[in-house]
Formats: sequence, C-alpha cells, structure tokens
Amino acid sequence: MVSLSDHESTSRDGGPGGAAPAPTLGDRWRALPALVRFPLAAVAAFAAIVALTSVTGPTADLRIGSVGYYMLAIAGLQLLIGYSGQISLGHGAFMFIGAYTVALLVLNQPALPLWLNMIITVVLSCGAGLLVGAATARLHGPYLAGATLALAVGLPSLTVRYPELLGGSNGLAFSTRGAPASLAGVVTDTQWQAAAVWLTTLIGLVVLATISAGRLGRRMRALRDDESAAGLAGIPVGRTKVIAFVISAGAGGLAGACQAYLLGTATPSSFGVTLSLSLLAALVLGGLGSMWGAFFGAVALVYIELWGEDLAHALSLDSNVANNLPIVFFGVLLILIILVWPRGLHGMASSLAGSVRRGR
Amino acid sequence: MDQFIDLTLNGLSQGAVYAALALSLVIIYQATRVVNFAQPALALISVYIAYTVSQATGSYWLGFGAALATGLVLGAATERLLIRPVHGRSPLNAIIVTLGLLLVLQGLAGMIWTNEPHSFGYPMDYRGRFSAADWFALGSVGTAALLLFGLYRFTPLGLRMRAAAFRPEAARLSGVRVGLMLTAGWAIASVIGALAGMLAAPPFIFPNVLDEVFIFAIAAAVVGGLENPFGALAGGVLLGLGMSYVSGYAGPELTTLAALAILVVVLSIRPDGLFSRPTARKV
Repeated sequence: MVSLSDHESTSRDGGPGGAAPAPTLGDRWRALPALVRFPLAAVAAFAAIVALTSVTGPTADLRIGSVGYYMLAIAGLQLLIGYSGQISLGHGAFMFIGAYTVALLVLNQPALPLWLNMIITVVLSCGAGLLVGAATARLHGPYLAGATLALAVGLPSLTVRYPELLGGSNGLAFSTRGAPASLAGVVTDTQWQAAAVWLTTLIGLVVLATISAGRLGRRMRALRDDESAAGLAGIPVGRTKVIAFVISAGAGGLAGACQAYLLGTATPSSFGVTLSLSLLAALVLGGLGSMWGAFFGAVALVYIELWGEDLAHALSLDSNVANNLPIVFFGVLLILIILVWPRGLHGMASSLAGSVRRGR
Repeated sequence: MDQFIDLTLNGLSQGAVYAALALSLVIIYQATRVVNFAQPALALISVYIAYTVSQATGSYWLGFGAALATGLVLGAATERLLIRPVHGRSPLNAIIVTLGLLLVLQGLAGMIWTNEPHSFGYPMDYRGRFSAADWFALGSVGTAALLLFGLYRFTPLGLRMRAAAFRPEAARLSGVRVGLMLTAGWAIASVIGALAGMLAAPPFIFPNVLDEVFIFAIAAAVVGGLENPFGALAGGVLLGLGMSYVSGYAGPELTTLAALAILVVVLSIRPDGLFSRPTARKV
C-alpha cells in the first residue's frame, strides 16, 4: 500500500534504455527494509529540492516550501483518513496550534534554535491530538466529522479572546534568522527556508511512512475496513484510533509550524474552515490510501491557485470572477475526480504507468 | 433576571434557524446516508436569488417565494446530477462531492454577486426584546416542521419516501419509484435549507455569510442524532440557548467553543446523539 516503492520502480522502469534489468532493480529496491528504504528516498528527495531551489528565484522557493508543509499536513491526514478511516474535517486546527506555538516561541524565547521549536511544537500538537482523539474515539463517520469541524471553527476564535497573548485578529508577526552567516554568499534566505521546511517535512514523512508500513499501519487498515472484525481479531480499537489521531495531529502541528516559519506570521484567518476542507480535498484529489497521494495533493493545492491567478490575468477577467476562479476550479476538479476517477491523481498516475509497462 | 429572559428569547430565535438547517441535513441523511456539506451553498444561492428578485420587484415576499423555489430546484438537481452517481460507494466520496459543490457554488456566488456584502433586509421589524422578525423565525420554522411531520406521517407521498429511505429494495418491489423519492427528499430538504438561509442572512449577505450558521446546524444535527428530525429540532434549540447564555455571560468570542463543548459533552455520553436508538449490527 505504501507506494514510495511503486514510484521508485516506475521511474526506474521509465529510465533510458532500461528494458530488461529495470524490474530487478525495482524488486531489489522493494526488498530493502522500510527503515533503510524510506530514509534513502528522503535523502534523494532532499537533494532534488536543494538542486531545484538553487536554480529558482525567491518566490518559487517559497512556493516549493509551501508544497512541503502542505504535503506534511496532508500525509498526516492520510494516515488518519486513508489508513484508519476516521474522517476529520478539522485538521486546520492542528496547523493553527503549530503555527501559534512557533510564533509564541520565537517572540518570547528568541534564543531557542529552530529545531527545538519544532520539537516543542510536535509535542504540544500531539498532546492536543491526544485530547481530541480521546474525546472523539467513540464517534464515527459523520459524528466525528461534525465534532472536528466545530473544532476547526472554534479554536481560532481563541485569538480574539486573548488578544494580548495571541494578537487578536491581526495575528502575530515575527522574523526568523535566515541562512547562517557562514553560508551568506552560497544560499539565499528563501533557499535556506525552503530547505529547512523540506527537511522537516521529509523527516515527518519518513516517520509516517514507516508507521503506516509497519504493524500499527496494518492495524489501522484493519480498523478502517471493518471495525468490529478488527476488534474481534484482538486489535485494541479505541487505542489504535487515538494513536492515529495523535500522530496525525503531530504532523499537522509540524506543518503549521513550517508555514509560520516560512511566512513569518500566524493569523487566525488563515486557519479557517477553508483550510481544513482544502486539506481534505487535496488528500482526495491526490488519492486516498497512498503517501504519494499527499504529494500530488499538495502540488495541486499550491499550483492550481497559482494557475487560476495566471489564467485570470491572461484573460483579463473581471476581478470578481478572477478572485473566485481558483475556488471554483478546485471544486469542479474535486467533483470530476470523484465521479470519473475515484482513486485520485495517484491512482491515475499508477494506472497510466501500468498501461505503459504493459504496452512495452 | 431580565438579562436571562433576553438571552433565552434570543437563543430561541437563533436556535430556530439552526434547527431548520439541521432538519434539512437530517432529512437528507435519513434518505441517502449523506451529510450534505453543500447545504449552506444551496441556501446561499437561494438567498441571493431572493435578493435579486426583491431588488427587481421591491417585494420581500416575492423574493422569499423565489428563494424557496430555487432551493427546491437546486436540491433536486444536486441529487440527480451529483449524488446519484456516487450513491452506495464509500461515504467519503459523497462527502467530497458535496464539499466540491460547496466550493463551486460559493465561488460562483462571488463571481456573480461579488464578494462585497449587500444589505439584505428583515421581512418585518427586528428591533426590541422579542421582535416581529424573531416571531417570524420561530413561527416559520415551527410551521415547516409541522408540515414536514404531516407529510411523512399522513400522506401517501410521505409513506413512499419513508419506505424508499428505510427499505429501498422492498419499496422498489412494491412499485415505489425509489430514485424519485430520494430526489424529492433532497428537494424538500433544500427548501427548508433556503428558509433557514432567509432567516440567517440579514442584515448583510456575502458568500460566506452562512458558514458559521452551518457549523452550528451540523453540531445541532449531530447532537440530536443524525437520524432523527425531532433530534435536529431539539439539538438546534439546545445549541441556540446554550450559545446565547455563553455569549451573554462569558463573552461572544466563546460561542463557537461553547458549541464544541456541548457537542463533546453530549456525544461522550451518547455517541450517536441524544435521540438515536442504539443499533445492533451483524458482524
């Protein structure tokens, strides 16, 4: 089910001139234990990101960074929805917690290094996930969806309640150290930021992928497929559900931390219902049940909006139409994907790859 | 004591709006097992149509009628065109389709009527302790609930609709056109949704005006138990009252958190809502 390996094999299959030996390479890759395979893939991905940002400008760097943190958040949601079958419509709430934790830490404890802030964020958002998960462990389907939706709406209103601490509706603005002085001429600040976000994202993804490939992941999938049967087979249903919630909340919090670090702000308006729904939409768009779906979903989330803006410019549309074009486009895409291709972009990509392989 | 009465009356009229929207969710959930996240958008378009019609004709009530008619058409069209193709597949698929529709309709509303708020009036006087507008809200939702109860309980159409929802196969064998009944359910639900939108929108209408109301409505539906129309009404009133007290005594910023708290407390005692019967299931 975890298809980091799928993609590796297809990309190698598609390599130049590799007809006969390619499957063996893919097989050998898949035979590696998960603990070796996922970190290797992450190192390769990190190298690719560093290479990519070295040729792009500051705006593109920030955009690449946003793909990173969205991917992390969506992958966490994948673990929760795609693997353990619990529908959450409130994952933006954990990104909210992560973003505000980093903002408060940077403002109040400026001496702390970034990695320590990230670790504190993960601990805090996992704690929040434990609270929410424990409170909602007995809920299922639409009941869980309703409760998490209320969470997504309710939590950001805390900022208005405690304006001195959380900055009210304007949020908190802060600045972080950019690239270290020793690297001044080598990397720009935005390159450094994108690299830091992606490093965090990839570490998170390795953890998520390892978990979902292992015993816990199998338990979650058993739960998703049939809760009663899983219970009868001796799987601790409640505990597994809560653990899935905690891990997924941790990933969401970390993603929020990366977002705040990248943008230098944390504002309540960016963590509304729209964010939570976009994450879910991107997840389904990318494809449920595979970690690659998170990647496709994150790319779609960031770039569809961009293309929508470009298209509106190119056609010189009325500003009312232009402002609403991305959201309409996203909605249409979502409906079409579900009606025509329910396995999402990842399903589309892998069946295309499959037909190419068969055709050869 | 005066404040308590004010808060209670205010909570009741707000609760009526949540109850109406919750009712529209429950009718659809009963019939098709889908939580219709596009409900606020269907209601939004209805209210915008009402706005346009009242602007053109100068009559609130012509607009009101136009809103209900729009709701009817939109609900039926949604079921026919979008829900039927995914019906019976995973519940997540139907949820995603309705979310997609929500995005499309909200975006379209912004394109056509702009994202700027337009002023949108009350049908009657809204000032005072328990104004005519409050009475109208309470009265119209009560009437809608009674009509709905009458429809389900006493008419052949209602019987067929119930049969189609609970035993589709048996209903089909007895000659009920199940598909048509599901479409009818969505249409009726969206009319009630449009009514809720008309009550919730004033004094201003803009594309996101119903978002918060919808959150409370879904909380009300869940609190009452998604399967039970009376639960939706009771949940709406409970939520309206609870949030009114919290807003009055503790501060208006806490109302959404109060809704969450009510939800968590009720659901941790009864995971399927207040008015659901426990279900047995074959393994």
